[in-house]
Amino acid sequence: MYDSKTVRRRRVVLGLLVACSLILLTASFGGDGGAVGSVQRGFSEVLNPVQEGASRALKPVRDLFAWFGDTFTAKGKLADVTAERDQLRQEVLKSQDAQSENELLRRQLNLNQSLGIGAYGPVGARVFAQSSTVWYATVKIDKGSSDGLRDGMPVLDENGLVGTVSQTTRSASVVTLITDHTSGVSGRTIVGRVPGIVLPSSAGNPGSLTFSLTGGGRIAVGDRVVTRGTIESKYPSLFPEGLPIGTVTTVDNPGSDTQEVKLRPFADLRRLDEVQVLTKVPGAES
Amino acid sequence: MKGLVARIVVFGIVIGIVQVTFVSQFPVAGGTADLAPLAVMSIGLLCGGLVGASFGFGLGLFLDVSLLQTLGVTSLILVGIGYFAGRLRDGIADTESSLVPLLAGAAATVTMSVSYSIIQFLLDVSAPVSGVLLRQLLATLILNTLLALPVYAIARRWLSRSLPQQPRGRRRQSSSAALSPLQQGLRTQGSRRTSIS
Repeated sequence: MYDSKTVRRRRVVLGLLVACSLILLTASFGGDGGAVGSVQRGFSEVLNPVQEGASRALKPVRDLFAWFGDTFTAKGKLADVTAERDQLRQEVLKSQDAQSENELLRRQLNLNQSLGIGAYGPVGARVFAQSSTVWYATVKIDKGSSDGLRDGMPVLDENGLVGTVSQTTRSASVVTLITDHTSGVSGRTIVGRVPGIVLPSSAGNPGSLTFSLTGGGRIAVGDRVVTRGTIESKYPSLFPEGLPIGTVTTVDNPGSDTQEVKLRPFADLRRLDEVQVLTKVPGAES
Repeated sequence: MKGLVARIVVFGIVIGIVQVTFVSQFPVAGGTADLAPLAVMSIGLLCGGLVGASFGFGLGLFLDVSLLQTLGVTSLILVGIGYFAGRLRDGIADTESSLVPLLAGAAATVTMSVSYSIIQFLLDVSAPVSGVLLRQLLATLILNTLLALPVYAIARRWLSRSLPQQPRGRRRQSSSAALSPLQQGLRTQGSRRTSIS
């Protein structure tokens, strides 16, 4: 059907394209990619406004589809949510008692440790693109180095910790989510202050995290895990203390050395929209 | 020819932007659709292996650049998908059948998922793997199979005016070209008899 010249030309082009792909892969793999990385960031800078505009234009459609999905799933979750509400109501009563007692003790000790998120210089940002492969849990936000963002800064939404800034261009940044294989967050439970490292459960699983205990301690289903913050001033943590991460959903072999704890993140990492980046944290690049 | 290239470039940019700003952020049944292999498969089926491979390279590069991912990974896979979709077009008799883009779309999705996973392991990406990943890949496969026909139809409609030969015309031409002059003469006589009777 084709003459030998056409077939040869086709094979040469195919070979060239494969070779180009391999050269690009080798040049950009690991680190910041050097010159190739700079060119990539430059092109990304050009694409950012287009993607951001498209994301804004498509938001109503996305919200409409999400509304249908949420309506279907909400009915199934009603019983669980009711039970959780009852439990939370009891916990609120207990925590109110504890809070008033705590305030009294703080006043007595003349301590002022009531640092809120406001002290960490939060910068609001909007998610406008998301990785299309299950192997990378990353999103792109519409704030970059010109807004004061640097690599390593923590990102959270209204529910809890989302991830950290991993790459920045002038007008946008890539956020690596806490479910990405490169992520690891030092955390502790609120009850019992059991320490551990929050790691991703598996690739492409935005609804589950693993809490790997660094010491002993008993953990129960329903316990809440927050960031541990800086333990030694020599090694400052990227994450301020007390940022909510997730709730314990399962504990295998509780109390033993091999116990395996799974968390459900507070933040819905499948549908991120508005987030906040904490720009004044001790561990981030300046 | 310039018109065709311009239309293919526009198609690629639109698919890339819609993928990262809409489709990736819209999970269905635990997975998200991936329009990239479907678009490359469509271009390969409509325009041939050379154009399919080039389009795959360009779209892969666009996706990797826009998400600041490791360059070349997506391009490498999509080049193969585009090339083999074009070869499929050359090898099959009936490109008009709706089964062709459907099955080719499913095959392209499986190729994309499996190849991407293998490359990630080769690059020493130490992500733990569980049944959830397989479930997600299965959900993506089902979604992509459902979307294969619409994406192919959109691509064909968008490129129809610029394509030098429509698939149907190409099929007829190629089938008659395969006949020897004697066979063509017999065929002409047969058609005359049919018209007389």
